Amino acid sequence: MKSISPRGLVTGLVALTLLAAPMAACGSSEEPAQPDGSTGTDASGPLVVYSGRGEDLVGPIIERFTAVTGIEVNVRYGNSAEMLLLIQEEGNNSPADVYYSQGAGFLGILSNDAGLTPLPEEVLTLVPEGLRSPKGDWVGLSGRARVIAYNTDRLSADQVPGSLTELSDPIWRGRIAWAPTNASLQDHVTAMRVMIGEEVTETWLRGVMANAVPYTNNGAILDAVASGEVEIGLTNHYYLYPRLLDDPDYPVANKFSAPGDLGALVNIAGAGVLTTSSRPQAAAALLKFLLSAEAQGYFSGSNFEIPTVIGVNPAEGVPAIDSVVVPAFDLNKLTDLQGTVDMLIRVGAL
Amino acid sequence: MKAVRVLIDAPVLRLLGLLVAAGAAVPLSYLVWRVWELGWSESWEIATSARTRSLLASTLVLAVSVTVASVAISVPVAWLTVRTDLPMRRTLLVASSLPLAIPTYVGSYAMIGAFGPRGMLQGVLERFGVQRIDGIYGFWGAFIVLTLFSYPYVLLTVRAAYRRIDPSLEEVSRTLGSGGLITFWRVVLPQLKPGIMAGSLLVALYTLSDFGAVAMLRYDTFTRAIYTQYQGALNRSSAAVLGLVLVVLTIGVLAGEQRLRGRTQTHRLHGGGGRIAVTTTLGRWRWVAFGAMMTLVTMALVVPMSVIGYWLWRGLRVGEPVWPAWPLITNSLGVSALGAVVTVLAAWPVALLAVRHPGMLARSVERLSWSGYALPGIVVALALVFFGAQRAPWAYQTTGMLVAAYVVLFLPQAIGALRASLIQVTPSVEEAARMLGSSPMGSFWRVLLPLTRSGVAAGGALVFLTAMKELPATLLLSPTGFSTLATRIWNATAEGFLSRSAGAALALVVMSSVPMGVLVWREEHRQLGAPAQRTSSTKATDGIPVERTLTDSPR
Repeated sequence: MKSISPRGLVTGLVALTLLAAPMAACGSSEEPAQPDGSTGTDASGPLVVYSGRGEDLVGPIIERFTAVTGIEVNVRYGNSAEMLLLIQEEGNNSPADVYYSQGAGFLGILSNDAGLTPLPEEVLTLVPEGLRSPKGDWVGLSGRARVIAYNTDRLSADQVPGSLTELSDPIWRGRIAWAPTNASLQDHVTAMRVMIGEEVTETWLRGVMANAVPYTNNGAILDAVASGEVEIGLTNHYYLYPRLLDDPDYPVANKFSAPGDLGALVNIAGAGVLTTSSRPQAAAALLKFLLSAEAQGYFSGSNFEIPTVIGVNPAEGVPAIDSVVVPAFDLNKLTDLQGTVDMLIRVGAL
Repeated sequence: MKAVRVLIDAPVLRLLGLLVAAGAAVPLSYLVWRVWELGWSESWEIATSARTRSLLASTLVLAVSVTVASVAISVPVAWLTVRTDLPMRRTLLVASSLPLAIPTYVGSYAMIGAFGPRGMLQGVLERFGVQRIDGIYGFWGAFIVLTLFSYPYVLLTVRAAYRRIDPSLEEVSRTLGSGGLITFWRVVLPQLKPGIMAGSLLVALYTLSDFGAVAMLRYDTFTRAIYTQYQGALNRSSAAVLGLVLVVLTIGVLAGEQRLRGRTQTHRLHGGGGRIAVTTTLGRWRWVAFGAMMTLVTMALVVPMSVIGYWLWRGLRVGEPVWPAWPLITNSLGVSALGAVVTVLAAWPVALLAVRHPGMLARSVERLSWSGYALPGIVVALALVFFGAQRAPWAYQTTGMLVAAYVVLFLPQAIGALRASLIQVTPSVEEAARMLGSSPMGSFWRVLLPLTRSGVAAGGALVFLTAMKELPATLLLSPTGFSTLATRIWNATAEGFLSRSAGAALALVVMSSVPMGVLVWREEHRQLGAPAQRTSSTKATDGIPVERTLTDSPR
């Protein structure tokens, strides 16, 4: 019989004790740690990015940043909410330098908590106002429009509602796909609450609830529209194009809402530098690189997102940022997530 | 008498047990603190709201149904694969355990792909005019998926219990004139009970904590509501209240189990000397049983693997990067194996206390060590983030921290397996070892460990498998830049790149299947040779390999 020595067991138990002891000790106290003083120059070691965007979407362009600048980057991938929770729980001891979020709402929350540091003017001014923080502590790196995707075998573009308000009409019963758990949809509802008020939004939501079939994410919505499970879907514009590349006969098209309509929200994926960052200069360099022509071209060319820097041409089929809408809407107002979640729970969507 | 019976000194054992419990209680203390921060009156309001009550009902219904179904599947399957002349018995023995290697977040995707409204089945049936198949979303989908991918928790513990049963008890029952069914009910079932209970507890509490299946199949449970509060609203306080209600629910389930379990002592009257039971001939039922087994394996293994295979094929066709990088595989294997070893070590004092020194302290230690298991991974992960970043920054975002999270999350799997095999070791064996002059550690090493080897292996394998699939804690606590197969699958599926997840999903299932297969296989073969080896190496057991040539192994 193969066996380990008794000494091995004792060593193991000692190791376990060492592991358990600090955890037991830390259970007794809850005071936050002292903030460490930040210095003028960057600390050594790689830049740490907490990314709410997936590796498949942003990994390649971050690798390019390292290749171009020589600055090493360590990325932790998760979803935007979890990465923000992580930063909040870590408090002053957060190892992160950059928070890269899928939506403006989460950046606004961190900004309101004084968790983000002001960005250099040269980074901010690359992006039009309205696509960056009014406080100057985050920038939009790429944009996405909310669209109505529709099955082209079942409907013509004219038959697709031009305005979101029509979706609560009973003629659409069972024909709409949406993803009420998805952050983009929730941001959109938050925007509606700001634009048209709580009551109108809730009435609209109840109408949509009666009509719509829920899915877990945008990809699932598109596939449901393509298969004919439903006829239209509330989604972001850019999920469609890779599918069209895979299969030119994919029977789905996007309908962009008329400018000024409720449906015409352009949300951004953006980033900011944490106040606790010990490498603020490298962090700002990363953001600047992500706004360079190369990176903006990548977001548009590979991900089919809308470049936030004016003058960079979007990929074929993708509208330019100034042609969709110049968002009169202040993306910093998307921070009341709790109100939206409560409303979605109230109408039975969550 | 008492002095001899004590294997490892009780005070040392209690100290170790308390230490483990303190570590396991980190998430609980974090939740209490968050709730306290919110204020008791507001917390109470959330905890007693109509929504919480309806969540309580839907969660309980799911947990009970999945557990009952898992037992209903596992007891006959265990019997068929251990005691009968089922066709392809050994293949089915391994195959029926493998669904545990499939994470529910992959399994749910696969089942929707196969049986969704416009899934593959509908595609086949379309020529018969079937436009869509409803019903996978909601209770039934969640129930079926969770049952199919977690029943092996019960199967493994029941099968282990089956193998430890002394067949002479059944023979005595039959000699005294009882029929097969009555013998099963009166003699076999009580012997299986610890195994059934241990496995059921794992399934029931796993169901409470699972997020993958209920999220994708859209069934409202506590875990889903907790995620909504975290991810939708970033509301750590409401999430904590719901988490705490879940812990209370867990304590209720544990108390219920304790009552059902009673003070069962099912060890053999004489020490060791196990024999192989006679193989039951199924006769004309042989092929009926075979058909039922094949249906189960098809649903729980073949269908999901085929869907993954289809994604893989589709990805390869369009030239997607489908194969996971090698470090992902070694990272997954390394951190899961480390997690399994440390968890089993931590489980020993708790299991020994529970079996050999039952009492208030043992009970409290055991219940505390369960508290992390029923909580959703995100709660445990954030608790450890909080304590780690604030109090132990030197350990934060190290592999050690991730391993600690696995210990907190999966400790009960190891405790359950250890306890089940400890119960069947008669204390007189240890007493004999001590009286013959062996030291406490020596008798632990030379007597107890060999006799509970199957429990150690089973517990370790369970933790390993579950750690391979674990997602929330791995995403939040691993060193930054550290990826595993599970995080790769998550990254790909989150953006809807199912094909890119296929290679990693396949690797995950295959890598998890290997230890599972080895475990099941070894157990099968140990049945033949082990008792003789065991007696000669331990000296303490008096077992003589009686009649082995007569009964022989089932073939």
